[in-house]
Amino acid sequence: MGTRRDFLKGVLAGSAAATTGVVATSALARETRPRPPEALGLLYDGTLCVGCKACVAACKTANENPAEFSTVDKLWDTPLDTSGYTFNIIKMYRNGTMDAKDQEVNGFAFMKTSCMHCGDPSCVSACPVSAMTKDPVTGVVGYNPDKCIGCRYCVAACPFGIPKYQYDSPTGRIGKCELCRHRHEEGHYSACAEVCPTGATLFGRTEDLLTEAKRRIAMKPGEMNRFPRGHLLSAQDKNAKVAANAKGVKMRNGWREEPDQTYETQAGKYLQHVYGEKEYGGTQVLKLSGVNFQKMGMPDLPPDAAAAMSETIQHSLYGGLLMPFAVLGAMTYVAKRNVKPEDEESGKGGS
Amino acid sequence: MANNQHAAPAPVGGSLVNAVTLTCGVLIAVMLAILLVRFLFGLGSVTGLNDGYPWGIWVVFDVVIGSAFACGGFSVAMLVYIFNKGEYHPLVRPALLASLFGYTLAGAGVIFDLGRPWNVWHMFNPWSINLNSVMFEVAVCISLYIIVMWIEFSPTFLEQYGKAEAKRKLGKAMFFIIALGTVLPMMHQSSLGTLLVVLGVQIHPLWQTPLQPLLYLLTAITMGYAVVLFESCLTSTAYRRKLETHMLTPLAKIMLGFLAVYLVVRVADLVVRGALPRAFEPSIEALMFWLEMLCLAAPLLLIGAEANRRNPAKLFLAGVLLMLGGALLRLNGYLIGYETIVGDSGGFSYFPTLPEVLVTAGMFAIEVLGYIIITRRFPVLPRENAQATH
Repeated sequence: MGTRRDFLKGVLAGSAAATTGVVATSALARETRPRPPEALGLLYDGTLCVGCKACVAACKTANENPAEFSTVDKLWDTPLDTSGYTFNIIKMYRNGTMDAKDQEVNGFAFMKTSCMHCGDPSCVSACPVSAMTKDPVTGVVGYNPDKCIGCRYCVAACPFGIPKYQYDSPTGRIGKCELCRHRHEEGHYSACAEVCPTGATLFGRTEDLLTEAKRRIAMKPGEMNRFPRGHLLSAQDKNAKVAANAKGVKMRNGWREEPDQTYETQAGKYLQHVYGEKEYGGTQVLKLSGVNFQKMGMPDLPPDAAAAMSETIQHSLYGGLLMPFAVLGAMTYVAKRNVKPEDEESGKGGS
Repeated sequence: MANNQHAAPAPVGGSLVNAVTLTCGVLIAVMLAILLVRFLFGLGSVTGLNDGYPWGIWVVFDVVIGSAFACGGFSVAMLVYIFNKGEYHPLVRPALLASLFGYTLAGAGVIFDLGRPWNVWHMFNPWSINLNSVMFEVAVCISLYIIVMWIEFSPTFLEQYGKAEAKRKLGKAMFFIIALGTVLPMMHQSSLGTLLVVLGVQIHPLWQTPLQPLLYLLTAITMGYAVVLFESCLTSTAYRRKLETHMLTPLAKIMLGFLAVYLVVRVADLVVRGALPRAFEPSIEALMFWLEMLCLAAPLLLIGAEANRRNPAKLFLAGVLLMLGGALLRLNGYLIGYETIVGDSGGFSYFPTLPEVLVTAGMFAIEVLGYIIITRRFPVLPRENAQATH
């Protein structure tokens, strides 16, 4: 038999997967997905935060999470980072003499750490069993423990280090902020924003929050300005009629009606950067700070989500299973010629 | 395939009770005890895993590196049946056996590492699967490949139990099983590299590239041949059999071919992405990178010359270096070059605990024990007396 010819055929078939895959990568590129238009999120304004941690406590209650201790007396819930049992935490930046707030040198500052609800989340792309999903309307990244196999690919994938696993339990779950989506039905929004006394954590449509964030960074530091608290109402919310539901609770466009909580205070010294506007194609949680975001523990991310690149490669290679079947076809053809049924009984002297 | 006059495989025979098998037995018992604790009290009770390092050696060693070491069956079967190099036929069965164990245990090992293993069926539930997930592709492909490999290897059992008819029938479909057995490992070995892409900037630029699938596939094939060199030399020594140098010498040349292609792609990728300067920083990552490159480049010097490829000691050493280099590429990508929060370790660190290491050792012991039992009792290795006439 023409072994050289067969060999060449084999080489061709064998290298098909690799080379075609690489060439196809550029052709089938999937763009980074933007956040959905009606995406919900939070705006965290570090300059307004007083570090009271009411949001940390409210988050624990809303998600029925146990206290975590880091002090000897174990009297208070004192988590040092987010964990499988802590979905939200306020971290403190300290430098030198800590003379003034929101000052990088000899100052201090606060930063909220919780899920950013990415427009194109790595955890959702990574999860093999769709236990991590992104709501097509609200964009909330939710977790379903009934599907989760505990592979922790989401933990590894998230650039913010958000999904966390409960390593101390034989039935450990992934824990992360789901924007209190379980409270939305009753008209409640995220507990952290609901309790925030200064409006440092504000709930609303991300588009509205982005406008609000841009309004704030344009303010003159020290100037008196009005700041909303709790829920930043959308134009649609404002126009909606307030009506009592079956339980007699006053509702406005699906949310519980609240008195106006806007207040007046001095504008902080903002960096001209809305964190989350462009990072990874945009997140639904936005952040403002007076101190460099990387110093505050937020990663410096490119405008393209890693999920876009990963899925581009994945679908270039396996889209419609075209390439695997093509290679399988080639391999089957070549193997059919080379493998003789007697071949296995090599004692008989091959084919 | 004129030169396909090989000695038929035959059981090696001999006692199954010796120092090696007893040691394996003890290691396996220790592993089972540790796994009992793990399933009763959670992953944290026996491992050093944490949210900064959610994957430890059970994933990186047992699955990512272990399955690459188990590519011998795939690499040799591809050579024999796809590239029609019949002269390597006697290497197929032993290589396949080692792969079979490597993969079956990698598949089983994943279960120990899963935090919610009772939900694992969702991986095959059409209403749950996520086609965007690289992990899904890897899991399904590896599961299928394990089944395919057992079928590919089953003639060995059928022969031993005298089921000639069944073997003949299976033989007719074998070409398709073999084709599947080359495509499936290509798919998931490349995807084991793609797995890292979604981790984005958390992976050091020396190991984060869109070419990841190609790099992992090329090294997996190379490692497959390296493992065959390693295994063949080891088996010959342990069973006091004649060294199979007449097959290993040309096999090593093919291995070097794949290796050369890999090195060109690897370096070109680093240059094009502008990541090469990162290899000259005073960092652990740079040090590990050079160690990895050294292990992968050294075999070219060591057995680059034909005369050196006839030297069994050099072949063995080159095989070991390549296995080490391929393992380092994976270890570096998955653990050394991984930082959970960019520019800040976040206070997390990981080093495998003793129980973690003992479980990995127990898994390896199952492979060794299984290989010994099957080669001694089933027709896997070529019959020794016939070998002399070759």
